[in-house]
Amino acid sequence: MKLAIEVNGAVRAVDASPWKRLLDLLRDDLRLTGTKEGCGEGECGACTVLLDGEPVNSCLVAAGQCDGRRVTTVEGLAQGELLHAVQRQLVACGGAQCGICTPGIAVCAAHLVDRGLVDAGDAARAQVRELLAGNICRCTGYQLIVEAVIAAAREVASGRQR
Amino acid sequence: MAPVGRSLPRVDGVAKVTGRAQYLDDLDAPGAWHGATVRSAIAHGVLEAIDVDPELAPALAAGELCVVTAADIPAKNVIALIEDDQPALVPIGGRVMHPDEPIALVAAPTRAQAFAAARRVRPRIRPLPAVFDVDAALAGAVRLYGDAGDNAFKRFLIRKGHASDDELEAVFAAAAQVIDGRYATSPQEQMYIEPQAMMADWRDGRCHIVGSMQCPYYVHKAMKALLGCDGDGVVIAQSVTGGGFGGKEEYPSMLAAHVALLARKAGRAVKMVYDRDEDIAATTKRHPCRTRHRLAVDARGELAAIDIDVVMDGGAYLTLSPVVLSRGVLHAAGPYRCPVVRVRGRVVATNHPPHGAFRGFGAPQTTFAYERQIQKLARARGEDPLALRKRLALRTGDTTATGQRLEASVGTDEVFAALEAVAGAPPARTGVNRHGAPVRRGRGVCFYFHGAGFTGSGEQRLAGRATVAATAHGFEVRSSSAEIGQGSITIFTQLAAAALGVDPALVTVIDPTTSRVPDSGPTVASRTAMVVGGVVDRAARAVRARLEAWAAGRAAGGSLAEHARAYVAQTGGELAETVTYEPPPGIAWDDATYTGSAYPVYGWATCLVDVEIDLDSCEVAVLRCVQAVDVGKAINPTIVRGQIDGGTLQALGWALLENVLYKDGKVANASMTNCIVPTFADAPELETLLVEVPYPFGPSGAKGVGEIPMDGPAAAVANAVEDALGAAFDELPISPEAIAASRPAWSAP
Repeated sequence: MKLAIEVNGAVRAVDASPWKRLLDLLRDDLRLTGTKEGCGEGECGACTVLLDGEPVNSCLVAAGQCDGRRVTTVEGLAQGELLHAVQRQLVACGGAQCGICTPGIAVCAAHLVDRGLVDAGDAARAQVRELLAGNICRCTGYQLIVEAVIAAAREVASGRQR
Repeated sequence: MAPVGRSLPRVDGVAKVTGRAQYLDDLDAPGAWHGATVRSAIAHGVLEAIDVDPELAPALAAGELCVVTAADIPAKNVIALIEDDQPALVPIGGRVMHPDEPIALVAAPTRAQAFAAARRVRPRIRPLPAVFDVDAALAGAVRLYGDAGDNAFKRFLIRKGHASDDELEAVFAAAAQVIDGRYATSPQEQMYIEPQAMMADWRDGRCHIVGSMQCPYYVHKAMKALLGCDGDGVVIAQSVTGGGFGGKEEYPSMLAAHVALLARKAGRAVKMVYDRDEDIAATTKRHPCRTRHRLAVDARGELAAIDIDVVMDGGAYLTLSPVVLSRGVLHAAGPYRCPVVRVRGRVVATNHPPHGAFRGFGAPQTTFAYERQIQKLARARGEDPLALRKRLALRTGDTTATGQRLEASVGTDEVFAALEAVAGAPPARTGVNRHGAPVRRGRGVCFYFHGAGFTGSGEQRLAGRATVAATAHGFEVRSSSAEIGQGSITIFTQLAAAALGVDPALVTVIDPTTSRVPDSGPTVASRTAMVVGGVVDRAARAVRARLEAWAAGRAAGGSLAEHARAYVAQTGGELAETVTYEPPPGIAWDDATYTGSAYPVYGWATCLVDVEIDLDSCEVAVLRCVQAVDVGKAINPTIVRGQIDGGTLQALGWALLENVLYKDGKVANASMTNCIVPTFADAPELETLLVEVPYPFGPSGAKGVGEIPMDGPAAAVANAVEDALGAAFDELPISPEAIAASRPAWSAP
């Protein structure tokens, strides 16, 4: 099946089985290996990408469903060398260790921050924990990721005010 | 600013947050085939034949498929580690020892083809009676290991302050109080998020292996034995590794063997990436453990004797079990003052897949037992649990169970003080949660220690080496320590920069490829920053001294980096120093009697946990988790904090919700859906307190930190649940089912 998918802002034409996992299409056909496979059953969230702006587990999405739609992967978060606030804060706060879950968390957290779903107040911690609960990290105990996402949310919110 | 003690952003951070970091499955490998494993599916038996489905014949004939069996092994059919008992593939006529034992291997151009073909290769196994229970194994009904009749891979006996069992029993008989308890802890899956992954390729007559691993030289040793080559015949490289926690200590040698054999026969590169289900089913877990623990207390409330019996299930092969048991028994008496101690330990063969390394390495199991015992003592005496621990704790000048006199870096008072400063009032004992359900709340504390580095004379035997070199481009650190997320390359960068007196940006820590780095020992045992970091520090100082002397001889000014460039320009070569680990003075260990300095130094920690139990669902929520850890010196406080946070949550998961269930020896919950680990929503805010009581023989005062946070929190949780409900919890996990079953034992709130 001939598919036309907008990936990180550019339309890509791919000839692939409609049943192919979006994860495999990204990694194998488009060589976008930033998206990782941790479990292949939608539990770990390492393969999280945005489909029309909404986070999905790309291991559970068929390529045929993506025709004519927009996909954002971790490779699409930074603008050139300028990292997304979430990426910058994950580095600054120590929110990445082994790094295998990090692309999925960065994609999901960037979505939360860009949509203003994490407020800058006292509820932020609980919100982040609830909204990122589909992404498993085994290294960090989540604490410094929570700090990073809140710091990024504040950064983005203050940027909006300016 | 000085590079040590500062939270330098991790040097691999940007690559990881942008997705540029290349894990094994991300490497471009044009033409590489994919491998799959045919497994036994039967727990114990004799392999009589391997049937290859005739439908595979055309693909085999066309060279589009490759099948490997034990007959294809060029040298020794063994995964060389401590004892040569585990084969790479069970040979025809050989014994199958567990239900996920590798029997044959298949490689094909795509992963789907390989897995489909593997299902068409079927072992024929004559079943034998299998043993899954440690008591049955000890009774020797079926012989799995050794000639002693008890199937024990290893036994240990530690005696302190008494010569015979009768003497020990006399102390118990005379005691004012005896606390006697039995404890059980469950197997635990490491659940690194990157599954096991490895690739091999034969080029220039050498076998090149790259993959996800903690210990390149363990793989190197195993490949030399399997392939029958010398050290130059095989090159081991580490790809960016997505977590290990011990799970990539010994098991990667198995994958390396398999891809090496497949690549050799297929005549092309072959890679193998486990499915999550296969990874959970076949790879090593934390040893399930049973501990009986007796405390004798005298009339003054002092410990008079401790008697401990530890039994671990080692699984089908010896692997690292003796060393895990060793660490377990060496920590079993805890960081408490006691004149008379007996510790007995056994690790037993069963037909479970081999249990192996997991952060803490035996110590979390025995720590759970002793910290429950101390809690019971506090309750029995009506003494404040923290005050009692403080009263009995080891301090400088005291001796451990092995008779080691503690000399330096004993952070006991400091970790108690740090915890007390933030403890505050315990939570209200009853209330209602956000679901409207009634709750009970409680607080638990614990105190524990963890020996850093290899046990006994292990570090002297290993004699880990590392190189620092001044090159035309700056300074290079070469060691076999593997970056697995713990931050080792950043820590080494900081240590080398500090010793050289240069900007960290001038220091590069190269990948631990065996052809390019000396053997620094494995990336295990909380030893990387302390032991290998110490060697890096000394090598960097030696490079600096030589370069400065060389520059002084030429009366040349400039920075050290300029000297390095000038040196290379003039001599045509780099200036490198390779340094070998030297033990601190006064370290003496007797392997025969298990007495002396079990570890060069210990980390010390206290933990406080507040819990809330939903009386309807019986779920336990952790409201607070405070941990104060004496790390000697935090070379990079953010990285150290992250290490402790991560270990703490693994311990909380082990306490409350993680478990590996076996049915007929096979993992019954081999998927991430059923073999659960804590999510963001399960995790409490972690209050990690870094305490620094410098270790004089560690780099900048640092000592091991990787494992200690895994040791204590589980007991703190059990103590907190007991505080809330009045019922004792002596087995892990403390699941909602366990809470519900304990209802008749609950006290009035």
